Amino acid sequence: MTATAADATLPRGKVGDPFSSAWRRRLPLLPALLYMVAITQLPFLVSIYYSLTDLKDKTQSLIPEPTKFVGFENYRRIFSDPFFRQAMWTSVKMTVLSVVLSLFIGTLFAVLLDRKFFGRGLIRTLLITPFLLMPVVAALIWKQQMFSSLFGVLNKVLTFLGLSSVAFISDHPLGSIVTVLVWQWTPFMMLIVLAGLQSQPSDILEAADVDGASGFGIFRQLTLPHLRPYLELGALLGSIYIVQAFDAIDVMTGGGPGSTNVPYYVYQESIGGGFRYGSASAYAIVVVVFSIIIATLALRLLSSLFRDEDRA
Amino acid sequence: MTDAERRGTKLGIGERRSVVIGVGALAWLVGLLWIFPVAWTVLTSFKTEDDAAAQTLHQGLSFGRYSDIGHSTQGTLSLQSAFTNSLVVVLVSTTIVMLLALPAAYALAIRPIHKWRDVLFFFISTKFLPIVASIFPIYVYAEKWNLIGTRTVLIILYIAINLPLAIWMLRSFFKEIPRELIEAAEIDGTNLYNQLRTVILPIAAPGIAATALLCVIFAWNEYFYALQLNFASASTMPQWVTSNVSTRGNFLAKLSAASVIACLPVVIAGWATQKRMIRGLSMGALK
Repeated sequence: MTATAADATLPRGKVGDPFSSAWRRRLPLLPALLYMVAITQLPFLVSIYYSLTDLKDKTQSLIPEPTKFVGFENYRRIFSDPFFRQAMWTSVKMTVLSVVLSLFIGTLFAVLLDRKFFGRGLIRTLLITPFLLMPVVAALIWKQQMFSSLFGVLNKVLTFLGLSSVAFISDHPLGSIVTVLVWQWTPFMMLIVLAGLQSQPSDILEAADVDGASGFGIFRQLTLPHLRPYLELGALLGSIYIVQAFDAIDVMTGGGPGSTNVPYYVYQESIGGGFRYGSASAYAIVVVVFSIIIATLALRLLSSLFRDEDRA
Repeated sequence: MTDAERRGTKLGIGERRSVVIGVGALAWLVGLLWIFPVAWTVLTSFKTEDDAAAQTLHQGLSFGRYSDIGHSTQGTLSLQSAFTNSLVVVLVSTTIVMLLALPAAYALAIRPIHKWRDVLFFFISTKFLPIVASIFPIYVYAEKWNLIGTRTVLIILYIAINLPLAIWMLRSFFKEIPRELIEAAEIDGTNLYNQLRTVILPIAAPGIAATALLCVIFAWNEYFYALQLNFASASTMPQWVTSNVSTRGNFLAKLSAASVIACLPVVIAGWATQKRMIRGLSMGALK
């Protein structure tokens, strides 16, 4: 893993380096690359194979052998499965709602925290805390302490105000889960937007202020365009994690109607009780194809963020 | 700090005192509202179970629930073993992540290889693959190789979870190292290991610490793999917390105490590094 002196004096980033030297440059990268290929790509290939079989585990003996090769039968069935369609729709709603809301609230918080006021550091510390909590704990706190119709604080308040109590989780499963996700991810978005706000050159803002621009005008015309890459980054990173939400669903509803997203549905179909590994793998592959389409779009977006760096 | 200076100049302009106070009050309100569920849970953890269930406070506060959660029924996951499992899994996986990510980030940032961007995209794109898409093959092979219920399988998977993020963040911190320093080391013919040790690590140390801590946080908080691949007695802290939910009798105070204990290490670590973590995340794409 060492670069020789000769290698080190080569011009940086020159296309068409001698083969051996190019490989010496890549060498430090290889362990990480091979590891990721082995752990993430190989199981995926196995999943593709399973998806073409009618692999089931009726006895739940944990190691079933593929019984029959069924070709694309599993895939054909996916598109007539109303539960899968529902799970797709739930996934979209859950992710978009959570990302948009946390980004919006996070931006508001960031604008607040960009001002100077007494105790700013303390408030920032308080605000980021939900992001640091275990997702399982965050979901438990909201389920048991806030939403519960038995002990929930929210229902105590509603009753105190003379209103009738609400069965939050059973009547509004999606809303309850989105609440927890937004609560956890708003601080994350806030910190990213805050990094953006604080990297804004202040002389331009001052110039605009001297020219008599209104506060809102400055925000809309100068700050918002400057923040755009930060907002995009927040949306990207948030989506990566939120689209895979599992913990909150498992803890809060255990996947009732309206709150089962695609990952949870695939889980229920396979190791979560269905044990229909063949068809569950097909679902998973379809999800991956969708993810790749969305990820390609997202990374295209990201590559515009990288553009300036290409000089390296 | 230049940050503070700039803030100072940026303020003053055309800002009335009432506005400053209003902004401060609003921020305090928002902050307290956001932390309320956490604060309430911390309070509940000191209550008796009766008080907790009724959301009242008649019987005073004590550390009683914290000693309760130390005791567990035979055969279930105890706090001690969950904590040990978590600690081992988190520390070992984070160490390996850093050992793999440091050279990789070097090859992507300091002496970028041809097509470095494609490689970085590959790493990030693995985060888009739904975990469920590969959990079953992983499950089958873990079973074949007798890894179910071990810490090893969690370590292997947590490395894969955190490696892309670590490379992404380290790359951005490495980008901030002044070129001249690295070029000087290169002209001296220093090899990669020595470059890392004498030039890069000292400068990027705060960023490296922040990266490692983010890996620790994600590994400590991970629930899905721990639930699927590890049965009760060998699992980690998230599963131990959920084991405090009881179907018989009141459990809210005990659950709150368990939640506090389970989250405290990571929350403190996160508080300590909040600024750097975000710098690493955002600069990765933006600098």
